[in-house]
Amino acid sequence: MTTTTGVAAATGAVGSAHTRVEGRDKVTGAARYSGEVPFAGLTHGWLVLSTVARGRILSVEAGPVLAMPGVLTVLHHGNAPHVETDYLGMLGRPNPIVGLFQHDRVPFAGWPVALVVAETSEQAREAAEALVVQYDGEPHDVAFHSGRSDAYTPQDTPMVRAETEKGNLEAQLGSSAVVVDAEYTTPEEHHNPLEPHAATARWDGGRLDVIDSNQGSSWVASELAQLFSLAPASVRVRSEHVGGAFGSKGLSPHQVAAVMATTVLRRPVRVVLTRRQMFSLIGYRSPTAQRIRLGADADGRLRAFDHQAHSLTSSVHEFVESSAVLGRVMYDADAHHTLHRIVRLDVPTPTWMRAPGEAPGSFALESALDELAEKCGIDPIALRVRNEPETGPVSGLPFSSRNLLACFEEGARRFGWADRDPRPGLRREGRWLLGTGTAAATYPSGVGPSTAAVTAEADGTFTVRINAADIGTGARTAMVLVAADALEVGPDRVRVRIADSDLGPAMIAGGSTGTRSWAWAVTLAAKELRERLSPGGGIPPEGITARSNTAGAIGALTEQERHSFGAQFAEVAVDVDTGEVRVRRLLGIYAAGTIVNPLTARSQFIGGMTWGLSMALHEEAIRDLASGGHVGADLAGYHFASNADVPLIEADWVEDPVPGDPVGIKGIGEIGIVGVAAAIANAVWHATGVRHRELPIRPDRVLRAADEARRRATGGARSA
Amino acid sequence: MREFGYERAFDVSGAVALLGSDPEARFLGGGTNLVDLMKAGVERPALLVDVRDLPLGGVEFTDGGGLRFGATVTNSDLAAHPEVRRRCPALAQSLLAGASGQLRNMATVGGNLLQRTRCGYFTDINKPCNKRSPGSGCPAVEGEHHNHAILGASAHCIATHPSDMAVALAAFDAVISYETADGPGELPISEFYPPVGDTPHIETALPPGALITAVTLPPSPVTAHSRYRKVRERASYAFAIGSIAAALDVRDGVVREVRLALGAVASRPWRARTAERVLIGGPASAEAFAAAADAELAAAEPLAENGYKVTLMRNLVVAVLTELTEEGSR
Amino acid sequence: MTPSTSSAITLNINGEKYTLPVDHRTTLLDALRERLDLTGSKKGCDQGQCGACTVLLDGRRAVSCLQLAVAAEGREITTIEGVADGERLHPMQQAFLDLDGFQCGYCTPGQICSAIAVIEEHAAGWPSAATDDVRPEAGVPALDAEEIRERMSGNLCRCGAYVSIVQAIAQAAEAAGTQAKEAAA
Repeated sequence: MTTTTGVAAATGAVGSAHTRVEGRDKVTGAARYSGEVPFAGLTHGWLVLSTVARGRILSVEAGPVLAMPGVLTVLHHGNAPHVETDYLGMLGRPNPIVGLFQHDRVPFAGWPVALVVAETSEQAREAAEALVVQYDGEPHDVAFHSGRSDAYTPQDTPMVRAETEKGNLEAQLGSSAVVVDAEYTTPEEHHNPLEPHAATARWDGGRLDVIDSNQGSSWVASELAQLFSLAPASVRVRSEHVGGAFGSKGLSPHQVAAVMATTVLRRPVRVVLTRRQMFSLIGYRSPTAQRIRLGADADGRLRAFDHQAHSLTSSVHEFVESSAVLGRVMYDADAHHTLHRIVRLDVPTPTWMRAPGEAPGSFALESALDELAEKCGIDPIALRVRNEPETGPVSGLPFSSRNLLACFEEGARRFGWADRDPRPGLRREGRWLLGTGTAAATYPSGVGPSTAAVTAEADGTFTVRINAADIGTGARTAMVLVAADALEVGPDRVRVRIADSDLGPAMIAGGSTGTRSWAWAVTLAAKELRERLSPGGGIPPEGITARSNTAGAIGALTEQERHSFGAQFAEVAVDVDTGEVRVRRLLGIYAAGTIVNPLTARSQFIGGMTWGLSMALHEEAIRDLASGGHVGADLAGYHFASNADVPLIEADWVEDPVPGDPVGIKGIGEIGIVGVAAAIANAVWHATGVRHRELPIRPDRVLRAADEARRRATGGARSA
Repeated sequence: MREFGYERAFDVSGAVALLGSDPEARFLGGGTNLVDLMKAGVERPALLVDVRDLPLGGVEFTDGGGLRFGATVTNSDLAAHPEVRRRCPALAQSLLAGASGQLRNMATVGGNLLQRTRCGYFTDINKPCNKRSPGSGCPAVEGEHHNHAILGASAHCIATHPSDMAVALAAFDAVISYETADGPGELPISEFYPPVGDTPHIETALPPGALITAVTLPPSPVTAHSRYRKVRERASYAFAIGSIAAALDVRDGVVREVRLALGAVASRPWRARTAERVLIGGPASAEAFAAAADAELAAAEPLAENGYKVTLMRNLVVAVLTELTEEGSR
Repeated sequence: MTPSTSSAITLNINGEKYTLPVDHRTTLLDALRERLDLTGSKKGCDQGQCGACTVLLDGRRAVSCLQLAVAAEGREITTIEGVADGERLHPMQQAFLDLDGFQCGYCTPGQICSAIAVIEEHAAGWPSAATDDVRPEAGVPALDAEEIRERMSGNLCRCGAYVSIVQAIAQAAEAAGTQAKEAAA
């Protein structure tokens, strides 16, 4: 079922499947990513990272390295050009890590301390490895857990409200017939896009030209201009193809390093991060420890709701993993409390990672809902139906549209939920115990100001200029379809140019806001253009161009709870002798506004669900308490799902018109991951009778939990 | 990566001569482990002697029904070989369980035997490691060790051997042939990997400068009824957290012959001779398999985070021997 | 005597010969990407842990990041740039395009090279870790979804496109099987 409301289908391009416009380039290897554009005289920069987790740099012994073959320069805190970090960027103050080589302090293991530039990448790598840096190390503290006495409640920011509270929580808990009180933990997780971060910078006719891999080239260009005190118009950032991002591709040390070095050397400089370097330079998802308390009447109606989420940040910058926000949307209760607490440690600063907040938060909350359903003896879907709110539980605002129950209804029908025996540990197939689980999903539908230009060309085609970023979402293709419908022409007559800061400012590809934001701007410009094109009138050789800026229209939006919703279903098999867990089936049904391109949208939903599977079973970065750094900071040490882990996953959607919304598109980049880990954990409980409140559900944890359950069952006697 | 010389060898004596006694020279096979370690700075050879073109790519039969395969046979060719699959399915399965299709096409038999631990402390030159830098300490003992050894480890090193193939070879008494400047030699796999003790940096009993030339599996009909099973933290493309190679001959409910080796539990493939002794002549029952596993694992010395391996290996022994029993009775 | 640390080599890539001096440290992947402007082979991890750099060496798939360029001399190298027939896409490329077997596209060239080899390995009768009975008497297993998933597990995809990758390979394999049957008839 595909909706065709909102940016309506005048020609039917929106809502019908189209292969990616750049697809041919991607399957032939012709598509060039940021580290692949050749330049005459190109040089290669290699970052050197700190080996201590806290302390001071005593010396950078550049002399011997400068004598090595091909080495052109070594930049470090003793000789690096000044960069200005005291500014307010699009997403707030810059992370101090981009204030590259400005002082001798080392706040965590893997902090950038030098850049070696050489003629070839082999020379740069060897010289970087040979560079001796002396440190005065200090004791460090990297141990994260919920019981830390130095945890604090952060200040509210435009991004995250730290705490919300209504009603008397303890009183309602006390008068609840059924109470769930449990702690859930999720580990440190890393984006690991397949394309490592890479930037090539050069000065070209008085302008700084940066070929980069990012989620918003206007954004990165503006940050670079401020860092290097340059006029905004003198910085150009292009990001034609992006090999995955997931929240990690904004401003990072590699772009700053490349700009610094090209400024010093006056030659093009390329800096590519190694996989290992990515673990400390580009951000990650904080580990979380979340306590959830739910109090309900015997029939499951919530009286008390409490979600307290702990996460960490670095000693130099504050980032809050907003795990407790989704209860503010999902469930109401007579007493309702959500709280974020953070602790500062000697670790890199975390950042946004696919469904920041909602991904770990939904594991905890949707697991707790399942535990409540078990305790109440009611079906998990029925429990959610019983607690479906009329308006925003905290805000009291109306929902722009909320079709969560339609998702559960359609999902339950397709998954065969009605046939489910709720009792755990009953189904066996060979060595495998089988179980099923479900969870709800939600993610905000945000929007950001964007400009666009649409040109009617003399040859009868149209050129759309919108500084979108296609990080694998199919943004280019989506904009072709949106423009085609707005112009009432076939998609074959529309060309789209994206990912170049010279196109003018536009929203980043992040937070599921891109498609909604860009489609709005493109539609406005296209409509304006159509009004200016007189029927039968000629078009001059330079074409006729109409421009738009959505800032005003966005400011005029009424205040509403705007979110996507979904229902996740999982079937798992667990071998309790080996601890292996295999997901056999995943189904996700979404209510996410207008679906622009069903082909790529399905891919994106399924991709998100694959992330959820990966989060449930595999992903975990291990921090070594002794050194303060990671152990196994590579793709063999940090597992994400391989092909063999992923079964047939199905994703579909229900009608989700958004009355009165000028766009109708909600954004689908994150919601696929939300709730999946909980659905899988709930299915593991259904298979085995054991609750897993710690992610990932690794074989050792399954074996240990089974041992503990057996011990409890035999009254504490240790079984052999 | 440091600069290095490169020579390609075309015959065995030439390869041995090129390497000479240079402690900074290494043989290069498929390169899947060595080149990776060179990038990590763990290996810093001054010279690579490429042995891929040596005439050591054959798989042949020995008198009495054994198998002999050359050191440069790729993992994928060995796994796909019909006689390997017929005479020793567990060997084929162990190879197929390792790495990926791409890596198996590159990796050689000799290199597989010599691959080094994937312990995260060993592969990170900024961390202490007695194996990489003798005397620097073993941070895994107090640190991250949920996939480290439970058998035969020492306070100096608790790393595990990463090879799947070597587990099958250990179960089936493989003999490793090598060539040195002084002539050829042989080592049974039981002596190929020395105990860790206080010398974790000494990983094989090969003489300095030796080139592995071939591996021989002695004749043994029981290997035709064998199986390799691997447990890992994702369904594919991951190192084992526990694995088992087993062969079993049961007649009239009595174990006549059994071979058992465990992987990912020790610094070397762990031949479970104690369990074998317990099983021989006894009943082929789940209880007997469990008792044998317990006898073998009585020597286990788990640390804070890897005790699950005792349970895992016990369960694996029971499961795989039960499967082999059931298949044999069909 | 200190050995030379570089060599002049000739590489045979996609049917063409390229002569170049290489630092011995240069991997085949870096030679392709940084010396020969063949950037279709991707560097995802540079450690043999992701498969994005997969090429065919003498017709067999291999990770070019762990293959030294100097050691690749004398071997036939096929990269993603060499699999199409002129303007006509290889059926595997077409299937990936039609079924949306990718999102960001960065792992895609490696996936496609690997998938082409999977079909050949399967046709040659190679078993996999998903094969229940590896004995030759048991015959070659059908190249079903489970076999494809296991055989393709050396190619990681972070966008999570595995579902459509498997569908694309199944479609291309079916087409290849039909072609083979027609050729035999």
